[in-house]
Amino acid sequence: MIAVERSVPPRTLSTRRRVKDRAFTVGLWVAGVLALIPLFAIVGYTLVRGLSALNVAFFTQTPTVPGLPGGGIKQSFIGTAIIVGMAILFAVPLGILTAIYLSEYGNTRLAGAVRFVAEILLSTPSIVAGAFIWALVVVRMGSFSAVAGAIALTVLMWPIIARATEEVLRLVSTELREGALALGVPRWKMILRIVVPTAGAGIFTAVMLAVARGLGETAPILLTALGNDFVNTNPLQPTDAVPLRIYNYAQSAIISLNSLAWGGALILLLVVLSLSITARVLSDRQQRRTR
Amino acid sequence: MAQAAPLPPGATTVGSRRRSSSRAADSSFRWGTLVIAFGLIALLGLLLWVLLAGGWESITKFGFSFVTGRDWNPVTQAFGALPFIFGTIVTSVIAIVLAVPVSVGLALLLNEVESGWLRNPMAVFVDLLAAIPSVIYGLWALFILVPIFDKYVEPFLAHTIGHVPVIGALFQIPGGGKVVTGGNLFVAGVVLAIMVIPIVTAVTREVIAIVPHDLREAAKGLGATRYETIRMAVLPYARSGIVGATMLGLGRALGETIAVALVVGNGLGIGASLFRAGYTIPAVIANEFREATLGVHRAALLELALILVVISLIMAALSRLLVGRTAALVGSGPASAIEAGEAAGIVYGANVGLGPEEDSP
Repeated sequence: MIAVERSVPPRTLSTRRRVKDRAFTVGLWVAGVLALIPLFAIVGYTLVRGLSALNVAFFTQTPTVPGLPGGGIKQSFIGTAIIVGMAILFAVPLGILTAIYLSEYGNTRLAGAVRFVAEILLSTPSIVAGAFIWALVVVRMGSFSAVAGAIALTVLMWPIIARATEEVLRLVSTELREGALALGVPRWKMILRIVVPTAGAGIFTAVMLAVARGLGETAPILLTALGNDFVNTNPLQPTDAVPLRIYNYAQSAIISLNSLAWGGALILLLVVLSLSITARVLSDRQQRRTR
Repeated sequence: MAQAAPLPPGATTVGSRRRSSSRAADSSFRWGTLVIAFGLIALLGLLLWVLLAGGWESITKFGFSFVTGRDWNPVTQAFGALPFIFGTIVTSVIAIVLAVPVSVGLALLLNEVESGWLRNPMAVFVDLLAAIPSVIYGLWALFILVPIFDKYVEPFLAHTIGHVPVIGALFQIPGGGKVVTGGNLFVAGVVLAIMVIPIVTAVTREVIAIVPHDLREAAKGLGATRYETIRMAVLPYARSGIVGATMLGLGRALGETIAVALVVGNGLGIGASLFRAGYTIPAVIANEFREATLGVHRAALLELALILVVISLIMAALSRLLVGRTAALVGSGPASAIEAGEAAGIVYGANVGLGPEEDSP
């Protein structure tokens, strides 16, 4: 509120103008508080309800017969690890190589088109990626599977990694590139040995953001991996995932299952938020260094 | 671009041979990355083609009546998607009406008012809101928000705004004044509003940040209060960019699936009341794909996905255009127009902005 006084020159203002200005400032603060209430409400409720659901069985057991208490969602953790792990294997090389093209050879019309398409894909609803892979892979293979889930996530993660990595590759100084080229290092070697390692931390950040997004996606996994009550490690079979399990148990009429949903939500929230915060800290630090 | 000088024909020194082999490696590396990058375009093409081909049976069979029909019943093979289109538009509009004032207010607060210790934490918190998975929004909304709304908010609105002529019809409780529990269009809109606030805020902040500082200084120099400065110097320039931010938020709201599916109530009714159970395009895809073993049913769902992707494509393009126009208007050149558009894309997709946080000096 000190800021309010500072910006208003004293004694020259009519009361009406001053009141209007004050009211406006108060309105902005109200907007700020309103926007932040949900964050604290969601994190708070998830902590409280989730913590009471956590125990050893939660992590080490599969679901019990519906209605019986106890049980866990071990299969969801394993499934998420498999699906997101495969998606990382697919999306990271694709994303980084796309970024290399865009930043190192990217003065072409094609590069402009690729950037535009990447943005379109970024704003495509995730359920569309799910429906796409459902029609393309699941219906054709005749089975829901972890691979289909990973491909659906790749559709979402590839453009994220490509665009974010391009940004960090561009931060690598021209002098460094020219220096390497002047010493006779071939261009491809210069890119792989000098540019990419220099931008390494930034690329890592980009991948973390993409993984955070992939971990929390529900709709595309639902349409492709379907879910499973048992541990499944065969990538060609229906596989469970944490967000799927939360979605299913949220809709259940059984209170013990609702509680398991909150437990899953707590773990998911902790992982996703810590990935996002770490990525943010890393990228801030990097920007400060390159400036 | 540093290109190797062309070699004279027939040159066979050791050095040149090494250079030519490295040039071959160079060009194959370049082509390799080009093919992968082009793959992204091919992916979008494939996506559109798969949805079009998959939905073709429904497109040809129902034609335009697909989007005007009110009857959706897979058993009788009636596929009229109007209830879903209606629900999608209503929930998204509620979301935008609620989210845009809050987001613009928050963006102005962060960029123009608060310069103390609260600014950075608030900016980070808003971005974190975008990082929360939608299923957690849905879970929270279903167990916390819906009961509160059913018990307090909706009866309150029905008793107050519900009596106002014309718009009152929106806030009347259908079916004789007794709240039907289990979610409705209004709650779904509120959840969507919370989910799009970070996106609209982030893009609005980018847009406000590129309004030249001289304009503000000039307004202040003439004795304008902060409110007057913002209204007369900042907002006129940022307006089209803010509309662009709104488009981006709208695109996001239209496509949100899981959180909406949990709280929208899954009812096929169409009517004035917002407190009625509704249904949205993404929700019906998520709920029915499992049973869609019949060819037509599957085709109908894929046509819905196609409609969704086309709308979100238009929204993304419009938003980019409008955000770019603000940049052009303030004369900071095409470079920053592209940057603002890119920031939009990155925030939208990657949940947390990678863009620079410290803007206006």
